[in-house]
Amino acid sequence: MTINLIIMLFMVAAALWAVLARTLLKGSIALAIASAALALLIFRMNGPLAAVFELSVCAGLITVIFISTISLVQPFTPQEVAARYAARFKRFWPLLVLLAVVTVICLKCWTFPACGQALPESADVMALTRDLLWKARQMDLFGQVVMLLAGVFGVVILFKEENPS
Amino acid sequence: MNGEFSSLVPFFGFFAILLFVIGLYCVVMSRNFIRVLIGLEILTKGVTLLIIAAGYLTGKVALAQTLAITLIVLEVVVVAVAAGIVIAVYRRNNSLDVTQLRKLKG
Repeated sequence: MTINLIIMLFMVAAALWAVLARTLLKGSIALAIASAALALLIFRMNGPLAAVFELSVCAGLITVIFISTISLVQPFTPQEVAARYAARFKRFWPLLVLLAVVTVICLKCWTFPACGQALPESADVMALTRDLLWKARQMDLFGQVVMLLAGVFGVVILFKEENPS
Repeated sequence: MNGEFSSLVPFFGFFAILLFVIGLYCVVMSRNFIRVLIGLEILTKGVTLLIIAAGYLTGKVALAQTLAITLIVLEVVVVAVAAGIVIAVYRRNNSLDVTQLRKLKG
């Protein structure tokens, strides 16, 4: 449980860095690090399948999408970034205060265990996940396919070249 | 809910709340379109953490995994379409500042 605590602290720190990073590229890399930490946490909680998805899709594919988007739009020059950073930090320093307040409230209201054990698993997780995904929750799969198709068509329409005439 | 489960809920819930607060603040306060998406991603990470932690603590990891996989697929579709919108907006306005998007203002 102590290792889980360290990983969660690391994940929150990476998320904070993603928000406060000076450039968008560094923010995207910090987000990938947070995703990797979450994948590690999921793996430690006996969820290897979801951990692989989180690592490959969230830490990999989504980071590639972000970096491709940043390189396509080239939002700011380094001089503009430096000029905007001070103004942006003014907007974002209350976040640190807000996080401190939330932490104090949670510490006052909840009792945190030093360590603990989760309930035992009922059976083979991989087999159960396979059965659940393909048999019990088929509508979820159908919804995923519909969403993927909607995403593909959405991207195709957004990148469609406009007719000059 | 047994005692062990209820005592472990704050342990994971606290960090999920922290992630949620960071993501929500980023979505609300950012003016850059891409940073709004980063905030949305952080929000989703908090939700994923809660789902997996709930499955782990109740002994229903398989169900939590299926829900997390569904969430991840939806997340990537949302980010891909939003990235397309970001590029389209940039081509049209030459800016990523969300406060300058006034064309849809009703």
